[in-house]
Amino acid sequence: MSDIAERVKKIVVEHLGVDAEKVTENASFIDDLGADSLDTVELVMAFEEEFGCEIPDDAAETILTVGDATKFLEKNAAQA
Amino acid sequence: MFDLTGRTALVTGATGGIGGAIARALHAQGATVAISGTRVDALQTLADELGERVHVLQANLKDAASVDALPGQAEAALGSLDVLVHNAGITRDNLFLRMKDEEWADVIQVNLTAGFRLYRAALRGMVKRRRGRLIGITSVVGVTGNPGQGNYAASKAGLIGMSKSLAAEVASRGVTVNCIAPGFVESPMTDALNEKQKEASLAHIPLGRFGQGAEIAAAAVYLASDEAAYVTGHTLQVNGGIAMI
Repeated sequence: MSDIAERVKKIVVEHLGVDAEKVTENASFIDDLGADSLDTVELVMAFEEEFGCEIPDDAAETILTVGDATKFLEKNAAQA
Repeated sequence: MFDLTGRTALVTGATGGIGGAIARALHAQGATVAISGTRVDALQTLADELGERVHVLQANLKDAASVDALPGQAEAALGSLDVLVHNAGITRDNLFLRMKDEEWADVIQVNLTAGFRLYRAALRGMVKRRRGRLIGITSVVGVTGNPGQGNYAASKAGLIGMSKSLAAEVASRGVTVNCIAPGFVESPMTDALNEKQKEASLAHIPLGRFGQGAEIAAAAVYLASDEAAYVTGHTLQVNGGIAMI
């Protein structure tokens, strides 16, 4: 697992208070991890803070799973 | 009860009668306050009066960038932001048929849109810390309406509706959102009324007098306190009984 994926997982576990095993690449924040819509906004804020980047609203809307977040942040890091 | 020691608060429009009273009252309960307004000299006079635990932040609420930056500046100065009182407000009274676009837009901009922007910016930290108090100073006319104040009443009613929606959104994060709706409060505005106008106004107030800024501020202290943790989405009427709503 990449460093970015590890950091994403850590944030998700901490923020949503879920077991680490549940935080798989395909896990949906809302459907699988019990997040509400405000949690997803907070997660995006936490990612922005952790990775020192800005995630625009249209991109944030496409981040539905743990893997979506990792992919976005890896792509973002590669472009930086 | 109502101890605010160690808490931090930002009050907009702190040079006004009500805003100044709110800043004084929060400060007296132990809070560290950031006072904001357009007139730096007046803010500094209030800061000198309060002494310690006070920060002056100049802001023009007609300027979007200035509004967006204000909560961050307050957090930087205070180290945190527990309480935000959106008190700044303006009037541009006119009969509806004569009301100019600018008169409408200016009032909505400062009274309502600035509130939206301030709350949005302040919420990031409050949601994260799982603690916050957003308090909007609205007006009795936001509920009752008032001839000549279509713009002002709309802005104040808007603040109430906005606060209720937001209260429902962030309640699970320990952030409460409430309004205080003053009636007639003694101020330069009421001082300017002549005796006849004063009498006419007082005739409608069961308590038979205008309110004091400190009486509005007491409501703000309550809503800012831990004791008000179970109150959200509410508009506290402090109006001498002029409208029992």
